[in-house]
Amino acid sequence: MPENPTEIGYNTKIEGDVIVTRADAVLNWFRKNSLWPMPMGLACCAIELMAAGSSRFDISRFGSEVMRFSPRQSDLMIVAGTVTYKMGLAVKRIYDQMAEPKWVIAMGACASTGGMYRSYAVMQGVDNILPVDVYVAGCPPRPEALLDALMKLQTKVGKEPVIRTQKALPVEA
Amino acid sequence: MSTTAKRLAQKLKKAFSTALGSVSEFRDELTLIVTDPAQIKDVCQYAKTELGFDYLVDVSSVDNYGEDPRFEVVYEMYGYEHQAHLRLVATVSEESAVIPSVTSVWKTADWHEREIYDMMGISFEGHPDLRRILMWEGYPYFPLRKDFPLAGKATELPEVAFSKPAPLEGGPFVTTAGSEDRQRGEPRSKSVSS
Amino acid sequence: MADVKDIEIKDTAASAASALGAAEAQSDDLSDLEGEKLTLNMGPSHPSTHGVLRIVLELDGEVITKADPDVGYLHRGDEKIAENMTYTQFIPYTDRLDYLAPLANNVAYALSVEKLMGIDKALPPRCQYIRVICCELARISAHLLGLGAFAMDVGAMTVFLHTFTEREKIYNLIESLTGARFTTTYTRIGGLARDLPENWVRECEQFLDGVEVNFDETERLLTRNKIFVDRTKDVGVLPLDVAIDYGVSGPNLRASGSNHDLRKVHPYLVYDQLDFDVPVGTVGDCYDRYLVRIEEMRQSVRIIRQCFKNLPDGPVSIDDGKTVLPKKEKVLTGMEELIHQFILVTQGVDTPKGQVYFGAENPKGELGFYINSKGGGTPHRLKIRAPSFVNLSALPYLLKGSMMSDTVAILGSIDFVMGESDR
Repeated sequence: MPENPTEIGYNTKIEGDVIVTRADAVLNWFRKNSLWPMPMGLACCAIELMAAGSSRFDISRFGSEVMRFSPRQSDLMIVAGTVTYKMGLAVKRIYDQMAEPKWVIAMGACASTGGMYRSYAVMQGVDNILPVDVYVAGCPPRPEALLDALMKLQTKVGKEPVIRTQKALPVEA
Repeated sequence: MSTTAKRLAQKLKKAFSTALGSVSEFRDELTLIVTDPAQIKDVCQYAKTELGFDYLVDVSSVDNYGEDPRFEVVYEMYGYEHQAHLRLVATVSEESAVIPSVTSVWKTADWHEREIYDMMGISFEGHPDLRRILMWEGYPYFPLRKDFPLAGKATELPEVAFSKPAPLEGGPFVTTAGSEDRQRGEPRSKSVSS
Repeated sequence: MADVKDIEIKDTAASAASALGAAEAQSDDLSDLEGEKLTLNMGPSHPSTHGVLRIVLELDGEVITKADPDVGYLHRGDEKIAENMTYTQFIPYTDRLDYLAPLANNVAYALSVEKLMGIDKALPPRCQYIRVICCELARISAHLLGLGAFAMDVGAMTVFLHTFTEREKIYNLIESLTGARFTTTYTRIGGLARDLPENWVRECEQFLDGVEVNFDETERLLTRNKIFVDRTKDVGVLPLDVAIDYGVSGPNLRASGSNHDLRKVHPYLVYDQLDFDVPVGTVGDCYDRYLVRIEEMRQSVRIIRQCFKNLPDGPVSIDDGKTVLPKKEKVLTGMEELIHQFILVTQGVDTPKGQVYFGAENPKGELGFYINSKGGGTPHRLKIRAPSFVNLSALPYLLKGSMMSDTVAILGSIDFVMGESDR
């Protein structure tokens, strides 16, 4: 029994053209290798996000080539940049429009904790309104750091049970 | 260039001797105090049409908390022909917090004045559309005033926005030396044990 | 048998007109009593708004009758933060204003504080030349991205990838110079953080040779491309007097016909010793703004080459312990340097009382800092005159009367950055 539930134990010489594995493993393998990001590019981190998408760092190697700006067609929201209180409602609304299963990467210091902007107008972290799966440190994080976060998210997605019960978010008033 | 500015400032002073006060020079720049802010629109109109200051570079506001009059509105003017700068400083008291708008003179003053209204709370008489520009409609405070804390205050406007005070703990991003430990100095840090 | 009643069906237009006649003096919300105008919200999250800008458009079919931009979605409170920080501590915030050209913002801010302290003419020549090189590199970088995003919005997606490749090379150069790809925080009050690394000049010259080829490629792709020209010629025309009235500055103003460039008119650093041209447009449409930016990039390359030829040796910061941090070896061994270091780090540079305004020619326009100081190391009031904020105020004029599909072309050609506009 493989320890990692997504490990597909498969040997062509013995099994031939048939892979026998768990449903979880296969579905998670599809999901994690085709995470379509919804770039919520708000500020400077958006530039590094675009750089991650361009030819030098190439996020499309990870299956995330199509940066879908429509929330209905994406699974991963990358919050890149400072989330202000004025913008918070828009971000939440867009997150609500995404279909399950969906994940969130908080890219950069501002999206994780408010960054160096501790002021009256900046929400101290997008996790005040969204459930974040991976936090990326950096101001701005290098595209390699974003790709590392994407890989960590892929590991996380790989471990999820396919039928996932949705826990209610603790909402701070 | 400084002589052109001096000459224009003198001309402006002569035309509006009741409204303008002293000229001061600092770092090659001329600042003219406006003693009667109610005439600011006429002064600016004259400056634009007669003296050629066709470009309003910036309108700023300053909060001198504790002094009376409390606010200052600073107009930075420039002319493309003669390439001279001139600065006008008008004072606004806290009780009235109103000054005539110069939007009819330069259209660019529109957004600058909206921002001053948003941040400092000074109203502009005659402004075509005075509403908040950087904060959301319905935000109850004027953030750039000196008595408003940097961390902000908690507000709640359903369906629009909420705001909470940011954790500053005594200073901009300074874990005060002498606080017991990182936990108390930095409230959002999570320790391993908890 | 029911009576056949003659029902007079009033013409909706006539009924609306009669109602309008009574209410015409009031707000123009009522002018849409017939229900023909559509209010469209081009929301803060939109692929082509280059950041978080919300525009509320009122459409009559395909024609825009009213446009109301709603900024402030990236308002981070920079000016209030500045009142709580020393001048040196504020430099990282200036990076994030126009985050496409952070070196230019750093230089503009450092120059304005130095003007306040009266030391801007006393900067060592090497420092001034390096600052000019940084500004021009930032200009190339910002225009490359502006044009790439503009072309991508208008439909030419290849250009974006080409310009990004060149920007990656600029990032390599800047990383070896300052330590970060962007968000450089390179200048200090009274000089620079550190000197140029070895071989940097040679690498930069190699880069310049390559980037000129890239400009030619971009021009070949766009300048005579029928689709691009049709989408941008005579679209979003901004006449010169309107541009001046709205306070528009930078390439947008020069495309409308003014040859005003702060580097020529009020030269700062060593721009008066350098030889370069200022491109000026004629019509003021999107196509002119594109052409002005391409030519400005070529002139920037020319400026950098001249700077490399004339780059003097020497220190990169002024030699005043009260302004610039002393060398670490001296700090650890000498008493006076130790005290200077302590005071500079905890209290900041000592500025005189007064107010000063300094405007620099940034890639987006005139970035100005108005500093009102009551002495000490923190400003009493720091106002950032952001060019994108003022350029955006001309949007209602530009969008009115244009077609819905031209919105994207106009927004792309104005080339604004929300980080700067909202501060």
